[in-house]
Amino acid sequence: MSDPLVTLVFYGIAAVTIVAAIGVVSLRNIYRAALCLVLTFLGVAGVYILLNADFVAVMQVLIYAGAVTTMLLFAIMLTRSPGSPRSNAANRQSGLALFAVLVLVVLLVLALGTAVWPQTAPVAAQSSVDVLAKQLFTTYALPFEIASVLLLAAMVGAIILARED
Amino acid sequence: MNLALLNPEIALVVLALFVFALDLVWSNKRGIGYVTIAGLAGVAALVAGQFGLNTTSFSGALIVDNFAVFFNLLFLGAAALVVLAALQYGEQFLHWRGEFYGVLLFATFGMMFMASSGDLIAIYVALETASISLYVLAGFRKHDPASGEAALKYLLLGALASAVLLYGMALLYGLTGSTNLAAIGQQIAGQAGQPVTLLAMTLVICGLGFKVAAVPFQMWAPDVYQGAPTPVTAFLSVASKASGFAVLLRLTTSALGPLQSDWQAIFTALAVVTMTVGNLAAIPQHNIKRLMGYSSIAMAGYLLVGMAALAAGGAPSILLFLAAYTVTNLGAFAAIIAFSNATGSDEIDDYSGLASRSPLLALGFGFCLFSLIGIPPLAGFFGKFYVFAEAVNRGLIWLAVVALLNSAVSVFYYLRVVKVMYLNPARDTSPVNVPPSLAVALAVTAIGVVVVGVGIGPIMDTAVAAAQVLR
Repeated sequence: MSDPLVTLVFYGIAAVTIVAAIGVVSLRNIYRAALCLVLTFLGVAGVYILLNADFVAVMQVLIYAGAVTTMLLFAIMLTRSPGSPRSNAANRQSGLALFAVLVLVVLLVLALGTAVWPQTAPVAAQSSVDVLAKQLFTTYALPFEIASVLLLAAMVGAIILARED
Repeated sequence: MNLALLNPEIALVVLALFVFALDLVWSNKRGIGYVTIAGLAGVAALVAGQFGLNTTSFSGALIVDNFAVFFNLLFLGAAALVVLAALQYGEQFLHWRGEFYGVLLFATFGMMFMASSGDLIAIYVALETASISLYVLAGFRKHDPASGEAALKYLLLGALASAVLLYGMALLYGLTGSTNLAAIGQQIAGQAGQPVTLLAMTLVICGLGFKVAAVPFQMWAPDVYQGAPTPVTAFLSVASKASGFAVLLRLTTSALGPLQSDWQAIFTALAVVTMTVGNLAAIPQHNIKRLMGYSSIAMAGYLLVGMAALAAGGAPSILLFLAAYTVTNLGAFAAIIAFSNATGSDEIDDYSGLASRSPLLALGFGFCLFSLIGIPPLAGFFGKFYVFAEAVNRGLIWLAVVALLNSAVSVFYYLRVVKVMYLNPARDTSPVNVPPSLAVALAVTAIGVVVVGVGIGPIMDTAVAAAQVLR
């Protein structure tokens, strides 16, 4: 991120992501909140691209910005009327939540701002897909397999809860 | 990469799939339960065969050592007893039986990997497998709004806790360049002075604190315990808590070993508030499941005393406590299930005169409550004794005193239930019918409570052998 242009782009993307994320929790119309979520996901994908994580960025767009939000919007449309102005439930704890978030932000900025991260020697540029694939089927073969059971459990669970008696 | 080391876990997944398939073709849901129990016994035999193996595989992601064997046997035993207790829990539950067993097995699968993983990513994925299965199980009584509320609260707060845990793990990775616990342990010493290291550690402990229901991450526990189907509550209170402590023990001793003084301070503070809040909040409760919820928070507090006193060789007391607590609590829940089956009530007042209505049920429940108080020579006494003694040994005498005072407070609310059962006149004198499977579950645990207490020697030896690998 030494290039000033990259830094500028980063701050632009970060600003869009944060504003959109605030929209997700503060907009009273749930349909608009869901659309803000798409923007948040896209912003995060942009950050991934700036970090040279091309594969993760593409997956972020495909799965989160694409599949997850599409499903979310369908669920909203099928379960409640999206036109209702106060469809995104709110409670009186937003002040407390804001306070907690601000405390957390201060702590994070203080801790991360002073952090010295260990540096490794720069590696030759290569496609992150190759590296990920190799890692997934060697070092991380076991978590990969556990994740398959996780998905199965989630699928079975969703059917149990959604199916009519 | 030694695939044979995974035999018990593979067998467990195959068992879960078999149970799902069997559910489609066999209408005898109780029979499926017995198949599940037999299968769990088989898996437990495979796990027991790994005792003394002490090896790692899959680039350190899988650790098969005595510690893992100890916890895996604990999870499998708890799952089998929960299935036994669920066999005759409420009639409407029957319709969903096959799925219930299968999802319970998935939860057990996740917990087994939580205890036997040496890699942050594997631990996280295993934790999610267990959690998602438990969310589903908590909402299993679909006709009951309280059950749905429990599942939703558990899911939302659990997702938040997961995010916190994951953030901490990501920072640990950034600081050390590795997700392997042993490798993190070697690298983290060089980062010990940084605020961000403390932050990473705190976030990880917060995330896992949710799992074990430590204050201030306990808000979900009473509601979920009350709303979830009672067999699921039993499983949550013992197996889920034990799995959280398994991960905490592994993380603190291997990955965060160099930060011992820091996490010791965190665990000390958590222990004090967790014990105190759990015990004080339990006093005014009038629903037995809610009471057990707060009681389990208090128990997490005693276990955190053990974590605070965790130094070289300090872990056996925690393992012993967990074993004693598992047996005791499962017994108590078997009694609660038997009572609510017969009367449809979980209110403590309705337990009036249970001793005259059903003497054996009252006796078994009473045994478990006395063990929870910590009356010698029952299992619970030795659990508390060794944990508190460990705190004294490490110079945390004041912490042991606070724990003892808390224990004294807990006598009040446990004994109140005993008093209601034995001294209050029965409003309804009809005998409480205890179905055979619940009677077996209650008998096994009540005998276990006595046997663990009387035969403490060999069990302590096993716990010591299991904890040896932590250092």
